[in-house]
Amino acid sequence: MGSLFRSEEMTLCQLFLQSEAAYACVSELGELGLVQFRDLNPDVNAFQRKFVNEVRRCDEMERKLRYLEKEIKKDEIPMLDTGENPEAPQPREMIDLEATFEKLENELREVNQNAEALKRNFLELTELKHILRKTQVFFDEQEGGLNSTESMTRALISDDSVRQTNAGPVQLGVDVEGARKLMMRFVAGVILRERIPAFERMLWRACRGNVFLRQAEIEKPLEDPSTGDQVYKSVFIIFFQGDQLKTRVKKICEGFRATLYPCPEAPADRREMAMGVMTRIEDLNTVLGQTQDHRHRVLVAAAKNIKNWFVKVRKIKAIYHTLNLFNLDVTQKCLIAECWVPVLDIEMIQLALRRGTERSGSSVPPILNRMDTFEDPPTYNRTNKFTNGFQALVDAYGVASYREMNPTPYTIITFPFLFAVMFGDLGHGAIMTSFAAWMVLQEKPLAAKKTDNEIWNIFFGGRYIILLMGFFSMYTGLIYNDVFSKSLNLFTSHWSVNYNKSTIMENKFLQLNPSTEDYDSTPYPIGIDPIWQLAENKIVFLNGYKMKLSITLGVLHMLFGVLLSLKNHKYFKNQLSIYCEFIPQLIFLVFLFLYMVLLMFLKWIIFDPKTDDVKSSPHCAPSILITFINMVLFKPSTAPSVCDVNMFGGQGFLQKLLVICALICVPWMLLAKPILVLRGEKKEHQLLSSNHVGGENGGIDGGITPATQTPVEGKHEEKHDPTELYIHQGIHTIEYVLGSVSHTASYLRLWALSLAHAQLSEVLWKMVLSKGLQFESWVGGFVLWIIFAFWSVLTVGILVLMEGLSAFLHTLRLHWVEFQSKFYAGLGYGFQPFSFEIILDQAASASEE
Amino acid sequence: MKILGPRLSLCGLIISVWGIIQLGSMGLFYYMNSVALLEDLPLEEEYTDPKKFYADAENGYSMNAYNCWIAACLYIFTFLFCSHQFYMNNRTSV
Repeated sequence: MGSLFRSEEMTLCQLFLQSEAAYACVSELGELGLVQFRDLNPDVNAFQRKFVNEVRRCDEMERKLRYLEKEIKKDEIPMLDTGENPEAPQPREMIDLEATFEKLENELREVNQNAEALKRNFLELTELKHILRKTQVFFDEQEGGLNSTESMTRALISDDSVRQTNAGPVQLGVDVEGARKLMMRFVAGVILRERIPAFERMLWRACRGNVFLRQAEIEKPLEDPSTGDQVYKSVFIIFFQGDQLKTRVKKICEGFRATLYPCPEAPADRREMAMGVMTRIEDLNTVLGQTQDHRHRVLVAAAKNIKNWFVKVRKIKAIYHTLNLFNLDVTQKCLIAECWVPVLDIEMIQLALRRGTERSGSSVPPILNRMDTFEDPPTYNRTNKFTNGFQALVDAYGVASYREMNPTPYTIITFPFLFAVMFGDLGHGAIMTSFAAWMVLQEKPLAAKKTDNEIWNIFFGGRYIILLMGFFSMYTGLIYNDVFSKSLNLFTSHWSVNYNKSTIMENKFLQLNPSTEDYDSTPYPIGIDPIWQLAENKIVFLNGYKMKLSITLGVLHMLFGVLLSLKNHKYFKNQLSIYCEFIPQLIFLVFLFLYMVLLMFLKWIIFDPKTDDVKSSPHCAPSILITFINMVLFKPSTAPSVCDVNMFGGQGFLQKLLVICALICVPWMLLAKPILVLRGEKKEHQLLSSNHVGGENGGIDGGITPATQTPVEGKHEEKHDPTELYIHQGIHTIEYVLGSVSHTASYLRLWALSLAHAQLSEVLWKMVLSKGLQFESWVGGFVLWIIFAFWSVLTVGILVLMEGLSAFLHTLRLHWVEFQSKFYAGLGYGFQPFSFEIILDQAASASEE
Repeated sequence: MKILGPRLSLCGLIISVWGIIQLGSMGLFYYMNSVALLEDLPLEEEYTDPKKFYADAENGYSMNAYNCWIAACLYIFTFLFCSHQFYMNNRTSV
């Protein structure tokens, strides 16, 4: 039954669930996704609810899974997404899952720790290896240049000794020995390469140039075990004298985070050490490889199941969240839930509940109990992938009030049509259609490829809207005879040039007169004659045509909206609104604006160029707009002397009558409803007061129980404040009366955008593509090749995308403001069922961000 | 050999398909002396001799027809090149 035109009928139900069966039942309902639960303990803190512990455990499991996922992504192991949807596991399985995740997490953490320790060890050994290798070079140099340095030191020492001869020769020898020993002191280490210059300067300043630094770069980058980055390092060796300098140098090294390594002085020791380091590095490598293998094996095993686990854990969490919304019975034996349910699906819900009970092995069946309520139920419109996009357009303005007329079914046709009136071009329509058709045909693979590209998601979500818009644009393009601003001469033009050669040669401008043989008196079979594309007065002609077209479409569109309001009033049994709102609204619109549209058609029918009668020749055709303005202002029309003032007999009288009728509608709309409502209330009040002595409120208030409070409140709401009623009605009336004028004018945007689109595409053709067609040699082909690419990119970017977007927005406005304001309140709230599908989708998109 | 990126090659592919269709048919329309395309011909501002006008127009029509077809042929090569690039890109990404 008419669920296409109205939202689904909803009912509030009470659900009694046995404690043991509650979990399984809710899980079944989650799979079904047709029930919206209400929070029965809104004043209870989130931490004080019954199943807080379970929710917390689920959160912990989710955290572990996220950790696993992160590690899997780090190792670039493909995660198997079979798209299967496992059922929510039993509560007892939760412990197994927890244990599995715990084990996996611990294992992984341990492996990671070990790997890090091993890597640190490995780094140290590699650095040591490099130190040994590089310092070898320094020492070799030193030994090679032994003569020079040695002789220099000797020279210095002997200088010293010469000066110290007075002190005695015995001391001298000792001094030389000591000096040589001091000379040989050094430390070696590794430092980050970018710190070298600062390090060097610091050393120089702190030690006053008394140290000697040598450094060499390690060519290969080393891996930093804590961050995993590849860093470049350098080996350095510092020679110095004395213990004081040594402590100072060591402190500086510490400050610069340089690692110092012991380096034996003797070449033989160094060689031995290098050998030892090499073997240890090799051992470490094998151990590291094994650790990596182990980690990989663990992760691959986890990657197979991780999506599955995520689904399971999220389902469990959602179930416990829902159970937290329930009320606990006094006996603790059963849980009480309240939920909104579509009336048509009650059977299915009961079936699901029965399944849940069977699964849990409980013997007591759950009870689903319909309740009466005065609250407004949520609005639930069943959609499929085709209507979904259109419903979203309507809901973006406001979710329909409960059981209100849903504009979506009409929008499916009117939206693409009004869009196409503005976007009429066969070529651009074809581009749009082919893009949308590709999306529709490739629907499944494209939908599976989830991306967080917002623009793409918008296009893909509206693929059916775009497809219809494309089809309709192709149709209107055919009617406008516009393909990339060129016309198609499909049926040969019905105009012909009958001038002789001399006339053509002598005149710059020539007219084709429709009253002569130039026009063969039958219209072009479909749309506009292609000859207009070449005419000088093309814009003038098209403007007249498109303006009349848009006003005609607009008035029909608004009239349709007003008629839909009748369906609403009838459905809600609002007789008063039919007589006091719908009828005057209809009269106002029909008598003024539909009459104007009829005048246009009359003008088209009456006046004909091929007639002998002057009165029905184009010369006498009146301007409809002037006629309409004169009609509203009660001014007599004027006309040239040979013509009739009116198009038909009695026009003046009829017009006066229509305007007066329309004007009477204004106070009718403004006053009738509030007066009748207030009078009705007064009568009711008199009746009540004659029956009850104590007045309405006092009598009932005394004895009410909490259960019956709601109906009394509902009754109270119907009592109106008279001023408020008048103001409300006044606003409505003003909005409608002024709106009818401004909305009719607003539909002229159909003409304006259509004109702009046609002109823009013509300019683009003339300014870009036409430049490639002006060559009189073969070069033209090559130039055309380049220019066409430019032209096509500009066509898609400016005309299809930008113009398309602007036409889309204007169409949206015409629907939201001009059409829906006539009947649509949009004061409802959407139905948000408890559904695993929605929850999982949300979680998946949240984790991708 | 990979020269174009995956997006550029796809873009080239689409433009060349469009170019082949549109330029091919435009060539045909020029060949048939379509009046709608008269405005784009390389003609002078004013003619005193109708014969010269006809000759120029016909010459322009046939010239433009051939030029359109040449461009369409170039787009066939573009199409082949881009599809090769597209194929290469797809193969390396898998």
